[in-house]
Amino acid sequence: MVRFIIRRLLGSLGVLIAASIVAFGIFFLIPSNPAVLYSGRTSSPATIQATKVRLGLNDPAYEQYYHYMKGIVVGRDFSSGPGDVNHCPVPCLGYSFKSNEPVTSILWSRLPVTFSIIIGAAVLWLVSGVAIGVLSALKRGSVIDRGAMIVALAGVSLPVFFTALILLKLVSYDWKILPNVHYVNFADDPLNWARNLILPWIALAFLFSALYARLTRATTLETLGEDYIRTARAKGLPERTVIGKHTLRAVLTPIVTIFGLDLAQGFTGAILTEKAFGFVGLGQTAVSAVDQSDLPVVIGVVLLSTFIVVIANLIVDLLYGVIDPRVRLA
Amino acid sequence: MAIRVASVAAIGAIALAACGSSGSGGSSSGSKSGSTASSGSAGLIPTNEVRTSDTKGGTLKFGTVDDFDSLDGARMYYAVSWNFARYYLRTPLTFKTAPGDASTQLTGDLATAPATGEDNNTVWTYHLKKGIKYEDGTPITSADIKYAVERVFATDVISGGPTYFLCILTKCDATGASPYKGPYVDKKGLSSIETPDAQTITFKLVKPFADFNYLMQLPGAAPVPAAKDTRDKYAQHPVASGPYKIQSYSPGKSLTLVRNTEWDPSTDSVRKALPDKITVVEGLDSQDEDNRVLSGALDIELEQTGVQVPTQSQVLRSSDLKANSFNSVTGFLRYVSIQTKVKPFDNVNCRIAVQYAIDKTALQTARGGPITGGKIASTLFPPTLQGYKAADAYPDGPGDHGDLTKAKEYLTKCGQPNGFSTVMASSNKGKGPKDAIAVQQALARVGIKVKIDLRNQSTYYSNDIGTPSNVKAKDYGLADAGWGPDWPAPYGFVESIVDGRAIKSSGNSNYSELNDPKVNKAIDDSLAADGPAAAIAAASQIDPDVMADANIVPFVYDNALNIFSKRLTNVYITKAQGMIDFVNLGVGG
Repeated sequence: MVRFIIRRLLGSLGVLIAASIVAFGIFFLIPSNPAVLYSGRTSSPATIQATKVRLGLNDPAYEQYYHYMKGIVVGRDFSSGPGDVNHCPVPCLGYSFKSNEPVTSILWSRLPVTFSIIIGAAVLWLVSGVAIGVLSALKRGSVIDRGAMIVALAGVSLPVFFTALILLKLVSYDWKILPNVHYVNFADDPLNWARNLILPWIALAFLFSALYARLTRATTLETLGEDYIRTARAKGLPERTVIGKHTLRAVLTPIVTIFGLDLAQGFTGAILTEKAFGFVGLGQTAVSAVDQSDLPVVIGVVLLSTFIVVIANLIVDLLYGVIDPRVRLA
Repeated sequence: MAIRVASVAAIGAIALAACGSSGSGGSSSGSKSGSTASSGSAGLIPTNEVRTSDTKGGTLKFGTVDDFDSLDGARMYYAVSWNFARYYLRTPLTFKTAPGDASTQLTGDLATAPATGEDNNTVWTYHLKKGIKYEDGTPITSADIKYAVERVFATDVISGGPTYFLCILTKCDATGASPYKGPYVDKKGLSSIETPDAQTITFKLVKPFADFNYLMQLPGAAPVPAAKDTRDKYAQHPVASGPYKIQSYSPGKSLTLVRNTEWDPSTDSVRKALPDKITVVEGLDSQDEDNRVLSGALDIELEQTGVQVPTQSQVLRSSDLKANSFNSVTGFLRYVSIQTKVKPFDNVNCRIAVQYAIDKTALQTARGGPITGGKIASTLFPPTLQGYKAADAYPDGPGDHGDLTKAKEYLTKCGQPNGFSTVMASSNKGKGPKDAIAVQQALARVGIKVKIDLRNQSTYYSNDIGTPSNVKAKDYGLADAGWGPDWPAPYGFVESIVDGRAIKSSGNSNYSELNDPKVNKAIDDSLAADGPAAAIAAASQIDPDVMADANIVPFVYDNALNIFSKRLTNVYITKAQGMIDFVNLGVGG
C-alpha cells in the first residue's frame, strides 16, 4: 500500500509539471501581449519595452519557466527599479501583473469561497442523487420513479446560470427569504456563511444530483439483475441486507469514481455558479486572469487545480480499495 | 483618449478612460430626426438632481461586474476610477460638484484656485491651501505634488494612466519617450517643476499648453508621500487625502472605504462626505447586479455603462423605476474610422462615398436604439464638448438611412462606379460585431463589399487597429471605434485621434492616420491661445476640417441608462465624466 501511494505521488508530480508546461506553452502561443495591455493604450514603444523587461517577458519562454519553477522551490526576488527588492517567499508563484498582489495570497483568499460552494453542494448532490437513484430503481416504473427521472432530466438540461438566476429572483428578490446573497467567511459568522450558501449549493447540486440519480438508478438496476443478488436472496438474506450491503457496494464504485473527478473539477468548474451569485472564487479568478493575460495568476490557478484533481484522484484510488476488495488484491 | 472595454462577462462593459461630457435625458441639443423618439419614451427619467440632502451616516453600496483598473491615481484610466477617486484623493483642482454645465468647471481643491497661464501658456503656478493632511496626519506639501507628477514619468512601473505630462514638462523624442525616467532611477527630480515653498508649485512647460488646469484635476496629480510610495504596489493602499481612506481592498473581490479623520471639511468646498462607509462588491453577474440595485441590496452600479436589456424594458415600463434612473450621454462618440493609407480610401471621394452610404439608423438600432444606443451623430465633437457646433457635412437622407444617390456619385468620382471590396475590423465583444454587420449591409447597397474581421476585445485597440503596420498588412479599410474626451475641452478629445503628429507605430489612436496640416495647426493654435475662450474658438475649427477630410464617420453619441436605489441622495450627472457624480452621494443615514 505504501509503495502504491509513493508511486502515485511521483506520478502526480509528473502530471503537475506537465500541466505547468502546457499552461506556459499556451500562454506563449496565443497572440497576446501583456506588456501592451499593462502599459496603457497610448504608451510609446519604449514604455512597452520597459514594461516587458519589468514583467520579465523579454527572456525566452524556457528561461521564464525555469525562474518560475525555481521560485516555487526556493523563492524569488523581484525589483521594480534600483533600491527596490521584494522577496517572494517559498512557494513563490509570483505577483499578479494587474494588481501586483502575490499570487499565493490571491489563491488563498479565493480558495475558501470555492471550497465552501463545492463541499456543501457535493454533500447535497451525493446524498440526494444516490438516494433518489436507488429509490427509483427499487420502485421501477412507479410514479416516484417517473417523477424523479423527469426532475432529473430537467436538472441535467438546465444550465446552472439559469437555475441560479431563477432561484435568486424568486427566493432572494421576490419572496425575500434569503435577501442579498453574498459570501461571508466561515470563521466570521458560520450561520450567515451557511445561510448565504444555501442557494449556490442548491443551484450547483441540482445539476449534479440529477446526473447522479440517473447513474445510480442505472447501476442499481444492473446490479439487481446479477447472479449474486439472486443468490443472496435465495439464501434468505433480508432485503435490507441485500440492498444495503450487496447492491449498494457495487453501485458506489462508479459513483465514487465520478464523484472524485466532479469534486476536483468543481474547483475551477464552478465558475458559472460563482459568477451568478457574485462569489469571487477560483473560477472567476481564472477567467478574469485569462482575459487580462495575467500569466502568473493563470499558472497559479492551473497548478492549484491540477494539484486538487491529482489529490482527489489519489483519494478515489484509495477509496476503491475500501469499497472493492478486488482492487486491494491487484 | 478613451475607449470602452467589455468586461469579463461578455455582456457587461466598463468605460475605460476619460472624462466624458454628458447631457441629461433627452435635453441635449444636436439630435437628428431619427433620435427624437427617445425623449418621448424616456420622458419621466429625471434630468436634474434627485433628492438633495445633507444627511450623514450609513453605508453606501456600490457593485460591479469587473474591478477598478487601479486605485493608484497615476495608473487609472477608467472614467469610473477617476470619478471614484475623489472619495480618497484630492488634486490641486477638481470639477465642481453640481449638475449641469457647472460640473465641467474647475475649482480649487488642494490649490486655492485654477491658474492663469503665463508666458504663452508655458508657466502655471498654484498656491496650496494650508492645513491639509494625509490620513496619517502628515501635512501635504507642494513637494508631494511634484513627486506625484514625477512618478508618471516612471512609465515602466507606473503604467496605465494618462501621460500628458511627459512631453510638456520635458522634450520628448520622436517616439514620445521622455529623457526623464522618473523618481526611482533619477533622484534629482524634474527641474521643470519648482516648489519655492511648501505651499507653492510652478510648472514650466517646454511648449504652450492652454488646458494645463485640466491636468491638475487628473488623479495622477494627487499628492503622493515619497516615504509611503510602494511603487507598483501603491495601488493596494494609496495614502488618502480626501474624506475617506481605504480600509481594505481585495482586487476583483471587494473594496471598503471608511472616514479619514484627518480630513478637514473647512478646507474642502466640493465634498459633502455623507456616508460613514463606502463598499464596493466586485465580480458580480451583470444581470444580478441590476437585480440587486432594483431590490435595494446595492445602491448604484460602479460601471455606469447602463443596465442590461431585460432591466431596460423593466425600467421603461415603470414610472417608479424611471424616477430612480438617469439616461445620460456618456460623452463617447461612436464612429467608423476610414483608413487614409489603405486603398482605395487614400482617395477622399471614396471616403465621402462611405459617409453617404452608411445607414446611421441601422447602426443606432444595432446598438440598442435611441435610449441605450444614443442619438445619431453627424459631428466629430460630441454635443456636450466645449466648442461643439451642430453641423451635418454629409446629410444622409430621410430617416438617416443614407443618401445612396450621393454615395454613387462619389464612387464614380473616385473611379470605382461599381463599388469595391474592403475589410472592416471590429471587436468581438459587446456591440462591436453588430456595428460591423450594420456597416456591411449598408455599404453593400452601393456595391462596396465589406469583409468583417472580428478581433479580441482586450487588444483590439492597442494591437489590431492601433498598429499602423498591422492595419496595412490586414488591409483594414474600415474600423469600428469609439472615443471620449479626457476632459471636456476640445484638446482632451481630439489630440490622440486626429493630430497627424500623434501617429505612433503601436498604441496609436489616430486610427485613420489622418495628417492634415490644417487640423494640426488648429490644434497648435488652441494650445497657444490666450485664455480658455480663445482656445475653444481656435479648436472649434477642427470639427469641420476633419469632417471635410471624411476619415471619420460619426454615427451615435453614446448613451447609457443607469439605475440607482430609492434611498440614494444627491444624484446627478456630472458632465465632466458623463455619468452619475459619485463623490456627494448619500444614503439618507
